[in-house]
Amino acid sequence: MKKRRPFLYNVDRTMIIIYLLMMLLGWLNIYAAVFDEAHKSIFDLDLTYGKQALWILTSLVISSVILMTEPRFFSTFAYVIYGGMMLLLLVVLGIGKEVAGSKSWIGFGDFSLQPAEFAKFATALALAAYLGNINTNLSRPLTRIVVGFFLIIPMILILLQNDTGSALVYLSFILVLFREGLSGGFLIAGLVAAVLFVLALLINQWILMGIIAAIAVIIGFFFYRPGHRPWVILIVLGTLSMGYVFGVEYAFEKVLEPHQKTRINVLLGKETDLKGAGYNVHQSLIAIGSGGVSGKGYLKGTQTKYNYVPEQSTDFIFCTVGEEWGFLGSLAVLGLFSTLIVRIITLAERQRSAFSRIYGYGVASILFFHVAINIGMTIGLLPVIGIPLPFFSYGGSSLWAFTVLLMIFIKIDSHRQELV
Amino acid sequence: MIRRSFYSQRQYFVIAIVLGVFLIYLIKLFYIQVISDKYRILAESNVRRTLVQYPPRGVIYDRNGKVLVTNEPAYDLMVIPRQVQDPDTAELCRLLDIEVKVFREKLRKARGYSPYKASIFIEQLSRESYGFLQEKLYKFPGFFVQPRTLRRYPQATAANVLGYVGEVNPAEIEANSYYKMGDYVGKSGIEKSYEKELRGEKGLRIVMVDVFNREKGRFEDGKYDQPQVQGKDLISSLDLDLQLYAEKLMQGKRGSIVAIEPATGEILVMVTAPSYDPNLLIGRKRAKNYSQLVTDEQKPLFNRAIQATYPPGSTFKLVVGLVGLEEGVLFPSTRYGCSGKASRPIACTHSHYSPLDLIGAIEQSCNPYFWNVFRTSIDKFGYTNTSVGFTEWRRMVTSFGFSSGIAADLLQQSKGNIPTIKYYDKYFGKNGWRSLTVRSLAIGQGEILVTPLQLANLSATIANRGFYYPPHIVKKVAGVPLRFEKKATAISPNNFLPVIEGMEHVFQGGSGTARWYAIDSIIACGKTGTVQNPHGKDHSLFIAFAPRENPRIAISVVIENAGFGATWAVPIASLIIERYLKGRVVRPELEERMSSANLIGE
Repeated sequence: MKKRRPFLYNVDRTMIIIYLLMMLLGWLNIYAAVFDEAHKSIFDLDLTYGKQALWILTSLVISSVILMTEPRFFSTFAYVIYGGMMLLLLVVLGIGKEVAGSKSWIGFGDFSLQPAEFAKFATALALAAYLGNINTNLSRPLTRIVVGFFLIIPMILILLQNDTGSALVYLSFILVLFREGLSGGFLIAGLVAAVLFVLALLINQWILMGIIAAIAVIIGFFFYRPGHRPWVILIVLGTLSMGYVFGVEYAFEKVLEPHQKTRINVLLGKETDLKGAGYNVHQSLIAIGSGGVSGKGYLKGTQTKYNYVPEQSTDFIFCTVGEEWGFLGSLAVLGLFSTLIVRIITLAERQRSAFSRIYGYGVASILFFHVAINIGMTIGLLPVIGIPLPFFSYGGSSLWAFTVLLMIFIKIDSHRQELV
Repeated sequence: MIRRSFYSQRQYFVIAIVLGVFLIYLIKLFYIQVISDKYRILAESNVRRTLVQYPPRGVIYDRNGKVLVTNEPAYDLMVIPRQVQDPDTAELCRLLDIEVKVFREKLRKARGYSPYKASIFIEQLSRESYGFLQEKLYKFPGFFVQPRTLRRYPQATAANVLGYVGEVNPAEIEANSYYKMGDYVGKSGIEKSYEKELRGEKGLRIVMVDVFNREKGRFEDGKYDQPQVQGKDLISSLDLDLQLYAEKLMQGKRGSIVAIEPATGEILVMVTAPSYDPNLLIGRKRAKNYSQLVTDEQKPLFNRAIQATYPPGSTFKLVVGLVGLEEGVLFPSTRYGCSGKASRPIACTHSHYSPLDLIGAIEQSCNPYFWNVFRTSIDKFGYTNTSVGFTEWRRMVTSFGFSSGIAADLLQQSKGNIPTIKYYDKYFGKNGWRSLTVRSLAIGQGEILVTPLQLANLSATIANRGFYYPPHIVKKVAGVPLRFEKKATAISPNNFLPVIEGMEHVFQGGSGTARWYAIDSIIACGKTGTVQNPHGKDHSLFIAFAPRENPRIAISVVIENAGFGATWAVPIASLIIERYLKGRVVRPELEERMSSANLIGE
């Protein structure tokens, strides 16, 4: 006989507190980023910080609704939600309105929503439902192919909207798959691919291929034993690497958009264009770097407030943190994210159901990817890829989507003793 | 379940990746925020804009508190080339009313000067274009407006005395590090001689600007600002009314008028004619107007009052007489005969009663009389001992300020010339000359040259009975009176009395050369001069002071190519004295005749 429980029963307080704290800090930083003497009220609905207050309040409503939902609902309707979101992504391709080159918004009067933000939690749910099934096994090709489809469909749809950043987020699921038994070789291959990508753009391709061949030959020489074949595999891998290097060169020249090429070149130091593509990162570095140990003080940042940093309330919100709160502030924000992500991973591991665990990993991976790409971009370690900093960046869609993503996990975690 | 538990070890690997990435970020953050100060400096240079504050130059008043020179606001459009971001060139050019080609050229020039520092893009915008521009300026990052002040001359008067202000040239920047490119500096006249007092001190205001170049507040609450110091106001010794009156009388004539207050050395009037409107040399049209003035054949930029030199003619007879008296070779009662035009070695201009005493000789300006006085001075130590006699004579003559720049605060003044022994020795051979050789000095001709200012000063010195204050054009700086050192001549006061008596007769005597222009109820003293001019008609000269006791004005009038001294210089001097001492003139027909006469080109 099940008793009806209060909706906050058994929820993880750490996650709830961090969630609330981050939204509050994000709001205060948005206020600081666009602070205007003429509009001092933080609730002024004409300005971003006023609207963000509205987004936060509605997020709390959404949280309550999710916390009152039966956890079984999410596992049961995982595919339906996923299917619905994919439909929405298709719809947006048709009727979406274009903002800053990306056709990823559906407008409702004054407000507009970005379905790509919500496709993330849907994909995490679908993946958890599929891999949580006892019949699936990631060492089997069929499972891998199905998983691949779950991921590639939203990626393609979002790429078609011309929103590269959001599409790349789905790469983060490789961590989920790794945890669920995908060979570590994929992680290593991914890493090698990334390193080779950078090297291929930096070093002359013929020299790079010579180096790859030399490494393959040397390793093959040491591992050579008559009758064994690992060296053959090595030679095959070496050849594949060389092909990849060519591919990168080709893809870079033919596939990437000019602005994407410039962003990568700026990051690699091949171009210094402080007025064009390099401007954002340069100004972002100036804002954060000028913060010093303890920052310039709240509302006293000059670089963000005076608009030197572009997109200072959305993708570059971390600049305000860095400038006004300094290294200590940056440390605190990274500390909060680390705590949240590690907490999610540890909690995922204590779930009885595979569905809950896999979904937890999905949440952690998506959050990690966003934080890593966003902050890495603002401090000049990664190319400029426009994705928001979870719970901090201004924007209703992203805040709602991250709220849904996290709250579903908090809800199913509160039922961790059950097999949902 | 075994498989699951094996994979659960992988959570640590995932956690390690998360923490590892964040740790790398923290290291990078630590480097850019804590270790390196590169970004702090870049941030400051982003938002910090140093604005130079140009204080208004001091205002110049006349002795009665009337404004001679004042300021009006002007606006320079400045540019910082680096901050210029693809402007809507067409719109900006329309607002500024310039061609796109000119715009590009100006931008290129500014970049050549410095991409980071502000330089003047367009000088002195008109008030209308400033108005239009101000509202649209936010659209053009890199451009801003710098308020400045321009000189304004409410009365177009005394241009050469007041001088003008212009942009500093490289030599001036080199000489004084205070000046930066685009600064204004006094170029001539009072503007130059009192540059330091008038200019004040530039100030610095450091403000913060946003990316659109809009001012957002003061940098560090103005801690590094430097306040500007306003230029000091000057009170000139000029009397504006009298100056305007004198300029009116000089219309259509070439020459100059200088009037001095004898008791102080203050210059009341300094007219040079022809002159120009000082308002021509301000603003954007300065360069064009200036080159026009420079090439003008009438030389309007030439301040005749202090730069032109003339032989003093008969006015110099006063000095010859004074030296004779002081040397004891002449007494007021000494008489010399004159045979009029038949006199030798120097003829007289007219026939008169003979022999005359000193007073009569001054009244009638008798040439032979002063030749005799001069001869006895030079030959005092023996006829062949010329150089000793001449040295003594010259010492006394130069004690009147001749052959030196006497004005305390006027630039580019000529010294004039009183020839030296060395000069004559070179010319005639050592001891190869006698008083007879240099006889033309006796009547103020020959190598002797004086400026109108020196002549006025001579008049003031006689009026003072033997001393003068260096003539000056500014009496007070920021309310503080300037002090000048009194100069005594080598002549004792008593010796001036007969000379003054003679000068009085010039006006009041029955044969006085200025008797037609005596001023009712004022005892004026004067001396005419007519200077032979090898290039054309004689120059007309006159010096005077009045009243005889406690004189208030000493004047010199030089009219070039006007002929006999008494015809033009005397009436003009007389009118000015009357106007100054009485405040009005009761001889309107004379006034009219003088101001309407055109002597240029005759």
